Amino acid sequence: MKNKKTPMREQPPEIRKRNFEEVALGYSLEEAVTEAQRCLQCPTHPCVSGCPVGIDIPGFIKKLKEGKLEESYRILKSYNNLPAICGRVCPQEVQCESRCVVGKIKDSEPVAIGRLERFVADWAADNLKEEMESSPISRKEKVAVVGSGPSGLTVAADLAKLGYQVDVFEAFHKPGGVLVYGIPEFRLPKKIVEREVNYIRKLGVKIHTNVVVGKTLKVGRLLNEYDAIFIGTGAGTPRFMGIPGTNLNGVYSANEFLTRVNLMKAYLFPEYDTPIRVGKTVAVIGAGNTAMDAARSALRLGAKKVYIVYRRTEREMPARREEYHHALEEGIEFLWLTLPVRYLGDANGNVRAMECVKMELKGIDRSGRPKPVPIEGSNFSIEVDMVIEAIGQGPNRVLLSEFPGLELNERGYIKADKDTGATSVRGVFAGGDIVTGAATVIEAMGAGKRAAQFIHAYLSGEWDPWKQE
Amino acid sequence: MNEIVKKEKLAGDIVDFWIRSPVIAKESQPGQFVVVRIHEKGERIPLTIADTKPSEGMFRMVVKVVGKTTHQLSLLEEGDTILDVVGPLGNPSEIRHYGSVLLVGGGVGIATLYPIARALKKAGNQVTTILGARSKDYLIMVREFEEISEVFLVTDDGSVGMKGVVTDAMDILFKKRNFDICWAVGPTIMMKFCTLKAKEFGVPIWVSLNPIMVDGTGMCGACRVTVANQIKFACVDGPEFRGEEVDWDELLKRLSQYKEQEKLSYEIFLKAAGDKQ
Repeated sequence: MKNKKTPMREQPPEIRKRNFEEVALGYSLEEAVTEAQRCLQCPTHPCVSGCPVGIDIPGFIKKLKEGKLEESYRILKSYNNLPAICGRVCPQEVQCESRCVVGKIKDSEPVAIGRLERFVADWAADNLKEEMESSPISRKEKVAVVGSGPSGLTVAADLAKLGYQVDVFEAFHKPGGVLVYGIPEFRLPKKIVEREVNYIRKLGVKIHTNVVVGKTLKVGRLLNEYDAIFIGTGAGTPRFMGIPGTNLNGVYSANEFLTRVNLMKAYLFPEYDTPIRVGKTVAVIGAGNTAMDAARSALRLGAKKVYIVYRRTEREMPARREEYHHALEEGIEFLWLTLPVRYLGDANGNVRAMECVKMELKGIDRSGRPKPVPIEGSNFSIEVDMVIEAIGQGPNRVLLSEFPGLELNERGYIKADKDTGATSVRGVFAGGDIVTGAATVIEAMGAGKRAAQFIHAYLSGEWDPWKQE
Repeated sequence: MNEIVKKEKLAGDIVDFWIRSPVIAKESQPGQFVVVRIHEKGERIPLTIADTKPSEGMFRMVVKVVGKTTHQLSLLEEGDTILDVVGPLGNPSEIRHYGSVLLVGGGVGIATLYPIARALKKAGNQVTTILGARSKDYLIMVREFEEISEVFLVTDDGSVGMKGVVTDAMDILFKKRNFDICWAVGPTIMMKFCTLKAKEFGVPIWVSLNPIMVDGTGMCGACRVTVANQIKFACVDGPEFRGEEVDWDELLKRLSQYKEQEKLSYEIFLKAAGDKQ
């Protein structure tokens, strides 16, 4: 048996860094079967316990290995409503693949579960006609889902499959949440998102775009008209460092920059009407996946030099390794142990430089990570004409401030039971980033999946956490 | 939904639309706005809600042509549909009984001011209005304001009313009478000088900001302004703020952020439109 994963073809860095086409090109059938053969079909299948939605991983891989692709796809889809998305953006290295028995063998890499999931989902899209009809509405209860990101779509799909009428409300003009505004085309093509959203529509879910719940649709009406509500509005408010110069022209939040690029297709300006600044020298602050996405997008827009500026080191960096390596290959430069302290502008209010200070790691902070401390007198300046702050997000208050009785935690996120999603308001559930703070697509989907089960139990009268004793 | 029920040209570059949207007509309050996108490749732009007719399921939006998107919008006809309209967004104006209120409207800002003026009147205030524009032909909605308030007109060229700028009229009125509060809506530079004038006479002032926006729901931070030394998002914390607290010079610079791209986009559009004619 081969001890390494079957490699996946990719666009060469020199070419891809100037286009928005997908970086990873996927497996051929032959490559997929070869990789599937590396799976030991071990009886304990620890990989499944590493998957937030509990996919029967050995099951779908076995069918793939046997060339029964349609059956493989059916298994996958019965657990995961968005397999082509998950196959691309899940951090498999810390989930399913981290527990793979093959990966525990000396010098051996785990089975490339994510790549196989992607292959099967893409194969099905190309080869299977979804003969599926929408599931008949067999239940009288109606469910409203607020937000059409990964958690909302998952809840909606699972409840539609159980026969509920489900209405999803989305503030933007396109459904998908972070999948359409946040994750760039080169990592997750938007036609893949559309394909998977269309599947959910085919299940009978109605998606209402351009509806801001709390504004367009008042909370009172929602509570009156629906038997259960799921809130999956994500963590959408950008945080800023708050240092001098934050409001200079050319200083963006990652949310704004990525929304302009991904949702509004500003990289195709002026064919598309939404403009974007194209910096020559760009600094991205932060080192999570969002920072990688922003940095690589800036490069593709035509930046000559892109820095990622992070106050800790490579070891503490929260981004996925794969994304980090892709960024390195494309020529992104990393400034570790560096913290910007102010942005400097020109007479017209455009950012022209940033002043930074060097950091050292001393002791442990409250989050359990090494604590970065500024080194006195180490200040230095870098010339930049664009800055993107990708330092995280807070809860979006638009809905929360309009929702009487909905309890929030000390960080301003919704207080919801982590197993069931139940909130302080009867019949109202929540999940995804609006409960946990920024996390991953699959974690949000996992929360959606669990909430769907408990919404069903609640509406069936089998379970009621709000019952007065 | 989003069908243009009625369209009228108010001035050379200002178009008045009534749009079918029962929910916006029903839910919107004075001071709020919508974000629209007119075609698949279009940008999202904020526009204020100038009036509503809830019983007929329509709201009014008055649009000044300043670039490609507003120009394209101005070319839409009755019966056409606007692709995306989302709202009402932002916080409503703080309407209550203040006593004597001075309202100052400039250009297309006059339309934004209208529902605020009506609500203030309804709340029992004595309302005085200054309306300003380049010339007589660009002055809009005068009659509507005259029905609810005493109106003073100001034009740059003196073609109607007083010759000068709105702050000249403010100066005269402030010297003659006492006002409890003031509202100014119009070009950012006008609102800045209205604020300075109100400050000079110690009258508090509300302004309605119109910075660059993308989503309008507090998710991107494009519309951030410094208010009382804090970062605020105009879309969810505003759009109205106390003028005395706004960092005007920063806002004016932020508004020019995409000047070059906007110019390029508009030129390409005008050239293509010209070729077709």
